[in-house]
Amino acid sequence: MKNKRLDLSYSQMKWETIFRRLLIFMGVVLVLIVVGILITLIKESIPSVKSSGFGYLWSKVWDPVQNIYGAYPFLIGTLLTSFIALLLSIPFSYAVSIYLGEYNPKGWLSNLLKNSIELIAAVPSIIYGFWGLFVLVPIIRQIETKIGVAPYGIGVLTASLVLAVMIIPYAASLGITLIRMVPSALKEGAYALGATRFEVIRSVVMPYTRTGLFAGVLLSLGRALGETMAVTMLIGNTPTLAHNFKDLIFGPSNTMASVIANEFTEADHEQYLSALVELGLVLFFVTVIINLIGKRIITRFTNN
Amino acid sequence: MDARIGIRNTKSMLFKGLIIFLAFLITLPLIVVLLYIIKQGVTQVNWHFLTHVPTPVGEPGGGIANALVGSLLMVGMASVVSIPVGILTGIYLSENPHTKLAYWSGLCVDVLQGVPSIVIGIVVYLWIVKPLGSFSAIAGSCALAIMMLPIVIRSTEQTLRLLPPSLKEAALSLGVPYHRVIIKVIVPCGFAGILSGIMLSVARIIGETAPLLFTALGNSYLSYAVTKPMESLPHVIYTYATSPYDDWHNLAWGASFILLMFVLILNITTKLITRKWNIQL
Repeated sequence: MKNKRLDLSYSQMKWETIFRRLLIFMGVVLVLIVVGILITLIKESIPSVKSSGFGYLWSKVWDPVQNIYGAYPFLIGTLLTSFIALLLSIPFSYAVSIYLGEYNPKGWLSNLLKNSIELIAAVPSIIYGFWGLFVLVPIIRQIETKIGVAPYGIGVLTASLVLAVMIIPYAASLGITLIRMVPSALKEGAYALGATRFEVIRSVVMPYTRTGLFAGVLLSLGRALGETMAVTMLIGNTPTLAHNFKDLIFGPSNTMASVIANEFTEADHEQYLSALVELGLVLFFVTVIINLIGKRIITRFTNN
Repeated sequence: MDARIGIRNTKSMLFKGLIIFLAFLITLPLIVVLLYIIKQGVTQVNWHFLTHVPTPVGEPGGGIANALVGSLLMVGMASVVSIPVGILTGIYLSENPHTKLAYWSGLCVDVLQGVPSIVIGIVVYLWIVKPLGSFSAIAGSCALAIMMLPIVIRSTEQTLRLLPPSLKEAALSLGVPYHRVIIKVIVPCGFAGILSGIMLSVARIIGETAPLLFTALGNSYLSYAVTKPMESLPHVIYTYATSPYDDWHNLAWGASFILLMFVLILNITTKLITRKWNIQL
């Protein structure tokens, strides 16, 4: 009887060790996946780095037939669409954060609005792209005809508009949480001094949450830079950079992610594939760094 | 003096008005998109649509059975791998928050969450498609599994951290071994939170197109072979939406409708679960 019990506890202990090791193993696997991704991207882009060198990011010609790869047009296209989208989205994400964080934090209306904003992020990007292609593009084309620019319909502006909607939830949901965290003693102090609600928001709430809201904007930017499908369907995909400002905004362009999406399966030789992988590597570094800075700010903010 | 206060109050009211206007304005695009997809898609969907493969241009009929099967199969395979790994990693992170490994794994979760899905597609192409020499459903579900992991891990970790430590302490003090405490006490207590994380991650990956472009590719026939290219819902939308034929556009609207319904149902159910969970806490 006694022996059996000892055996039981021995086997339990064995299981306990196995379980603990399994947990540690899972943690290691995760690190291995990320390190593996990084190593693969770097290794496969070596041929391209060797032949193009540092000119890769600054040279303006992308001609796979002649094996010339310069990612500058796509770099500009990516930055342009992302920043236009960001500028368009900021007033809205701030407004939502202030409304749901300060004016109306509770109740069914508040819940409904919060849930619908989360739903914006849940709708797959392919659906935004499809809708944009058939509904937004004709509208933009009409507007372009009216204001007298070449009526492409598709292009940087169209892509940015859809992108702006798609990235609002990332900044907004963080902003709501942060604004709700502003200590009420601070706000009450300001009210006691006779401040109006607008003045409290401007001089107490916003300064208190500024860095946190900025982190939210960074998360939105990270999304915008890496967004592929909706942008690919709406941006028009031209490998050259427009020369004048009007065409740059209204005309077709290309982003790093959409070049990869369009050309990866067509890459028929080593050099071409490697150039595309290098684009992916650049995209990886940029989005990861932006995201990590954002996350770091949030952790610091919530710990204080 | 009075006039000054009047101005300040008006300013405050105007600001509030502006905020409310902007805050509600952004639901407009969502409503417009949802209604448009539903309007265009709902007329396409019928039993025939769900059980037949696409027809060539010009022939009437045709459906998205191949995409439906492919999506479910690939998401299913991704879940089978990702859910256990994700939950176990989440348990590790919540149980050992201060170890070095936990710091690095946590960092890796953040990194994975930020990686654009197209980059995951490239990497899985280089890992699986290139060595095997063919696009395959296995590669597709591998890409989806990597996309799914960080969401499952984070939701598990956060749910388990919310549980009071007394639960674990009580079980341990009764002499229950550690692994049984986790499996029989901690995980069941956080079950609703973990489940909602799983459902959110499924909703997220079922609509992912970019990682499937160079992994599962696409296939206009019904296929169950996991080592062959396979169609998926988002990919069928992409191919047919960018084609020049009206018949195919209609097929894509129908597919969008089905995809949207999947995503909406998963999200709304998750909301209901988490609401219930919050009340219980």
